[in-house]
Amino acid sequence: MTLHIARMKLLLALVTTLALASPGLALDGQIGIHDPSTLIQCDGKWYTYGTGGGTLVSDDGWTWRRGAMPSRSGLAPDIIHIGNRYYIYIARNVGAQPRAEINMIWTMSLDPNSPDYKWEEGGVVVSSDGIEDCNAIDPGLFLDPVNGKLWLTYGSYFGFIRLVELDPNTGKRANPNDQPLDLAINCEASTMMFHDGWYYLLATHGSCCRGADSGYNIRVGRAQSVFGPFLDNMGVGMLQGGGKLFVGSGGRVVGPGHFGLLDRGDGLQKFSCHYEADLDRGGASVLDIRPLLWQDGWPVAGENLKEGAYEIESLRTGTALEIAVEGVPVGGRRPRGGQRGPGGGGRGLFGGQGGMIPPQDVAQVSTNWPAGNIELRMANYICQAQQKWSITAVTNAGGYLGSPYFKITIAGTDRALAATADGELVAVPAFTGGPEQIWRLDQLADGTWRIMPKSVPGSNEALALSAVGSSYATLAKFEPSIQKQRWLLKMP
Amino acid sequence: MNLDRTTIQALESILKRVRIIMRSTSFTPALPVTVATLLLTFAAAAAAAAQSFGPTLTHPSSTAKSASPDGFLQRWLILEPIRVNGLTDSAVQAAVRTDYFPNQLSVIPQDGDKVAIGNTNLIWHAVETTNYNVNLFHFARALHKPTSDVLFWAVTIVTCPEEMHGVRLAIGSNAASVWWVNGQEVIGIYGDRQTVIDDGLSKRLMLKKGSNVVRCAVINGGGATDFCARFLDQVDKPLTTLSVSVEEPR
Repeated sequence: MTLHIARMKLLLALVTTLALASPGLALDGQIGIHDPSTLIQCDGKWYTYGTGGGTLVSDDGWTWRRGAMPSRSGLAPDIIHIGNRYYIYIARNVGAQPRAEINMIWTMSLDPNSPDYKWEEGGVVVSSDGIEDCNAIDPGLFLDPVNGKLWLTYGSYFGFIRLVELDPNTGKRANPNDQPLDLAINCEASTMMFHDGWYYLLATHGSCCRGADSGYNIRVGRAQSVFGPFLDNMGVGMLQGGGKLFVGSGGRVVGPGHFGLLDRGDGLQKFSCHYEADLDRGGASVLDIRPLLWQDGWPVAGENLKEGAYEIESLRTGTALEIAVEGVPVGGRRPRGGQRGPGGGGRGLFGGQGGMIPPQDVAQVSTNWPAGNIELRMANYICQAQQKWSITAVTNAGGYLGSPYFKITIAGTDRALAATADGELVAVPAFTGGPEQIWRLDQLADGTWRIMPKSVPGSNEALALSAVGSSYATLAKFEPSIQKQRWLLKMP
Repeated sequence: MNLDRTTIQALESILKRVRIIMRSTSFTPALPVTVATLLLTFAAAAAAAAQSFGPTLTHPSSTAKSASPDGFLQRWLILEPIRVNGLTDSAVQAAVRTDYFPNQLSVIPQDGDKVAIGNTNLIWHAVETTNYNVNLFHFARALHKPTSDVLFWAVTIVTCPEEMHGVRLAIGSNAASVWWVNGQEVIGIYGDRQTVIDDGLSKRLMLKKGSNVVRCAVINGGGATDFCARFLDQVDKPLTTLSVSVEEPR
């Protein structure tokens, strides 16, 4: 890293405050930001704060717009909500790097229109003197769910990532005379999370601020104490530069950094980050929100759902969602014992028909399907048309945290999955855009999907697609501890 | 009264012993005949009570029985099989919509009732299973009836201690089956399939306080054939407080 990182971050942040177009299924609206804080909700709106005062606000977590700058701006803020206060920690250089300090400010609302919106100064929480092996920027906040203690990790390349304890009642240092504890080295943008008895330290490795040439990637180590030692999956300590890759560049995005946990409860977790360069947005630095999965005790970055045709298979039963019509075998019906070929010759019981059997044409096999509503059921998946679903983002229908709403239709038709007033399912003949016909799909920790209608007619309950028998699907309250509402989306 | 071969052999053995006694003693002829008649009557009644349709099906020995600890309905009236063909959705629906006998979807038969289908008289049998499922293969084979390409009608009466909403009928069958609760068709499962507990579920429905009639038609293609059924509550737990009978409560 060079001595100019912080200045470059600030410059980049100013560039990314430009309004950006929103192609594809990445977040919608104005999502240009660098070093975003953890996303936080206040009075139903989502907020994140970035380097240089870049603030993003969203009503639904999908479409974003510019928001009001807090009273302080600076480098790579982080935010936490404790009690009735929102604490923001913001770094600034106070001389040549690595001389820096992290200031705290707090408010009781993040909404500038609220009477409670008033930023109060909390003072300097930690600093680095320019000589010591630490650069006091990039704060990361962690409220320990085990004991309620509040911790701040900070640091950026010049030496160590460090840990200090904060007072959750004031946001200030719990014990100002305690020496910070070194946790990791040669990384930045650290933060911690707790999962299943382990503390995980996430930090960003690689270089930032070079657009598509940035090597940013997020790595992780774990420990059984908040004090470490944090080791990666190879047993290498993060104090020796270790770290298991959590997420790197891929697809059309380069340089993910600045992890932020979004624990939505019921076993649903997501994370926020920024990419140094989104190639679909001219290489700008943008916000993203993705599923957070777990595998063998390690966090894994999930992928946002891609539009396409899928088999929707119950993890519980192994059967696939289909409309209740009489299926036609792919390639047509075939008598037991095989078909006879011309001249009496035959391929026998297991010889097939010869040649490639094309995918089933829904237009051909659907001629006998009822014209109106069709019931839903589940069956063994055997590649038939009534078992293939197109999952397509619905434009101008809003969204939820990290995703647009989707319609789910039988592939090649407009027959749409819909919730009914009695909490059951039906396929309606045509998609009309009603809230009972649009769906949110959230990837769960094990990689399966939770599928929920935006609303159920006549109900305020949040219900999820549920397998209650081998051959039946309904809607029911989500129960994270069982498999009824976990679905695999398989490419047919 | 239908007596199986074992029972008849047992009765013949009893009569044989009575004749031996007659020859070897000074009893008057009237006494042994009376004794034999009594023994015959007693044995026949006992045989009827213990009538077996294979290893898992017996004749019910009491009026009503609770659902099993897992909620399964273990008492049924089953009609001897009717010849049909086809397991596809349309073939099964066509089969169950064929009028085989009067009041097919509403009759509550009694054990031993006969229905005439074409030139054949078929008999309703009250059965009780010791398992979660009702083995129709055992049932038909014990009666020397066909087991392949056949349709079985079955009826049971479920007594509910109170009105219950949001319950589901949960069934499994080998192979296809269609089900009615209080005259309403609530589930159909199709194709060549094996019995899986809770394979098919109805939509949420209401059980009346008192008697509720559950009826099914199970169609087998070939090989083994059976079914199972229970009700699930609003959180999909089996209902175990139901009483099951093959007679309407008086």
